[in-house]
Amino acid sequence: MRRKEMLAMLLAGGQGSRLGVLTSKKAKPAVAFGGKYKIIDFPMSNCINSGVDTVGVLTQYQPLSLNQHIGIGIPWDLDKNDGGVTILAPHVKGGEQGEWYSGTANAIFQNISYIDDNNPEYVLILSGDHIYKMDYSKMLDFHKANNCDVTIAVLEVTMEEASRFGIMNADENDKIYEFEEKPENPKSNLASMGIYIFTWSKLREALINDEKIHPDSDFGKHIIPSMLEKGMTLYAYRFKDYWKDVGTIESYWAANMELIETVPKFNLYEDFWKIYTNSYHQPPQYTGENAVVKTSLISEGCEVYGTVEKSVISTNVVIEEGAVVKDSIIMENCVIGKNAVIDRCIIDRNTVIGNNVIMGEGENIPNEDKPKIYNTGITVVGSDSVIPDNVAIGKNCVIFGSTKAEDYKDSKLESGKSIVLEDN
Amino acid sequence: MKAIGIILAGGKSAKLKELCKVRAVPAMPVGSSYRAIDFTLSNMSNSNINKIAVITQYNSRSLHDHLSSAKWWNLGSKQGGLFIFTPFISNENNSWFRGTADSIYQNINFLERSNETYVIIASGDAIYKMDYHDVLNYHIQKDADITIVCKDLTGTTKDPHDFGILQCDDDMRMIEFEEKPLEPQSNLASLGIYVVKRTFLIKALKTIVPDGRYDLVRDLITRYRKKIKVYGYKYDGYWNTLNSIKSYVDVNMDFLDKNIRDMFVKEGQFIETKPKDEPPAKYNSNASVKNALVGSGSILNGYVEKSVLFRKVFTGENSSIKNSVIMESSVIGKNCVIENAVIDKEVTISDGKKIIGTPDEPVVISKGSVL
Repeated sequence: MRRKEMLAMLLAGGQGSRLGVLTSKKAKPAVAFGGKYKIIDFPMSNCINSGVDTVGVLTQYQPLSLNQHIGIGIPWDLDKNDGGVTILAPHVKGGEQGEWYSGTANAIFQNISYIDDNNPEYVLILSGDHIYKMDYSKMLDFHKANNCDVTIAVLEVTMEEASRFGIMNADENDKIYEFEEKPENPKSNLASMGIYIFTWSKLREALINDEKIHPDSDFGKHIIPSMLEKGMTLYAYRFKDYWKDVGTIESYWAANMELIETVPKFNLYEDFWKIYTNSYHQPPQYTGENAVVKTSLISEGCEVYGTVEKSVISTNVVIEEGAVVKDSIIMENCVIGKNAVIDRCIIDRNTVIGNNVIMGEGENIPNEDKPKIYNTGITVVGSDSVIPDNVAIGKNCVIFGSTKAEDYKDSKLESGKSIVLEDN
Repeated sequence: MKAIGIILAGGKSAKLKELCKVRAVPAMPVGSSYRAIDFTLSNMSNSNINKIAVITQYNSRSLHDHLSSAKWWNLGSKQGGLFIFTPFISNENNSWFRGTADSIYQNINFLERSNETYVIIASGDAIYKMDYHDVLNYHIQKDADITIVCKDLTGTTKDPHDFGILQCDDDMRMIEFEEKPLEPQSNLASLGIYVVKRTFLIKALKTIVPDGRYDLVRDLITRYRKKIKVYGYKYDGYWNTLNSIKSYVDVNMDFLDKNIRDMFVKEGQFIETKPKDEPPAKYNSNASVKNALVGSGSILNGYVEKSVLFRKVFTGENSSIKNSVIMESSVIGKNCVIENAVIDKEVTISDGKKIIGTPDEPVVISKGSVL
């Protein structure tokens, strides 16, 4: 029987609700990052670069955009006869009603037959939420060298941050003896990155047992503690490179902005660990006669006639004459109208900003409807939106939908206000 | 479409000098992202031709590399697909391709094993966007044996002395054909794109090639012009070819023109190329770029004006690049001045160097040089 040494299961079903309107029509892993990429490109590229050529992608929340992006896996060379990428959506099972994935471990439990078909020795569990480059084959070597049942990738965080993470308490050899989820008084600073290698036979058993106890079986809450309890061998694998969670508007914005530094902490320009993405049509990028472009990333197919500073621009964006884009993230296929001023904004794909629009000016008042999501001065525009000519928009605003001039009182949207149209 | 495609990609060009030492003309990088052959290949694929042969001979390594997968042009299929023919040795034959007709004749199986009615033959070094349906319909309507796509050079910068020139009657039937005439009798230049019935082509090749006649133009079209019906089809759109260093620079500069660029990259169907997965271009704080194309993966610190930069170009601080073409993976140091130059791939220009040509005679720095 054919056998894959290790296959990857990539959890990509999460909404990422703290990204607000950016994830209203797509799952978090499908959100654009670093110009031409999507968040899921990072773990997908890590897989193929690490020699993991069998990847199950578990989708649930708004999967269309993700399905279109992944297709049959061509950009990552995951279009294979044997293995390759498989999208695993929740499904109806024989004789029963279909059920949603109720937890991270439950999602894997529901796809045991997919894993069994590939008959792997080890299973790598990944999430589609993080920006990093990692050689999973080294982690597997570590797993084998220590005869582990489970290896958990960990990051050394500061003790102050530690109470926000799942923390591993380990001995001097990094053998884990205790796991604490978001401890108030952390005993260690080894934070789980949500990346696990399991010996498949052990995980298989644990999934089946736990499913009987917890209907919402979760790796951090249930599987890891139960395996510890049973005396299995768990090791922490220290990861020392760049790793970013981009779960909030502010952290998402900041992680993008790090890429435009002269020598960025996260290097996309490495030849031997490329990040792949779906980019079949790659027209050249044009910068016009009167354009000013500084300290920015500009992707393929963009046409810049105005000014762009300290910004990250995705593919096929047009920035018209006289427009000024500063400290902003503009996603694919957007058009920024003539003489528009965009300051500290995130504009999702296929959006048209009218001429003379001013965005991001005014007081820093948190968003009235969702103050927990929009509170750092960044105004966010959802995908496929339209903003009419000559309107002024403040900070922490949210706009979603084809807005018209009459939606703006006195051609203005004050800081902290939102226009979210139903038809989206 | 009821046609198969043949792309003649064998050519070398002495006029392209150093640029063609390392590659065939169809593999020449064009317009920041493309190779010359992408245009003909995409035109064919976009015209629903799904069985295409590329016939190559001279310096074909770079072309093989570029065409290593057919899927980028939607040709990765079991039905049809992309065929690449190079010269080979067999019991009967051990020669290089001795001419265009011979190169097709040596691969006549490709024609015999197809059942499409027509064949579109095109050269792989021209830059244009064409729906071959139009010329095929014209060919059928004229009941022609061969249709030649041609262009009236009046009002263009092209010199009829450099082309095959057709003389046609009022119905566009070709009466005379002269290759690179000393005294051109018309301005109607052949673009090296032909439509012919498959069975007619097989029969014609089997007649002329064993007779020692190896050239499609000289030995079939010109020699048989009175016996068979050859028609000219006038094409008015953008068309350019790479037949000198200057024309190579001009073609690249044409992509700075919004109308031409939009025609290729925004309107209708796309010109496809092999993706290279470079990150977005990075403009650093001292970058100043005006009227230029910038390839992905480039990192810019200096001044660039009216130039075409391919992928992964690095420009150092205070460097100045004007009216130039900089190919993939070249590194321009600090304080350099580059004007009217073509810098081939993987060139390293060290700090403070000046490379200055003239608009009529651009300087060429060959691939891999370190200056």
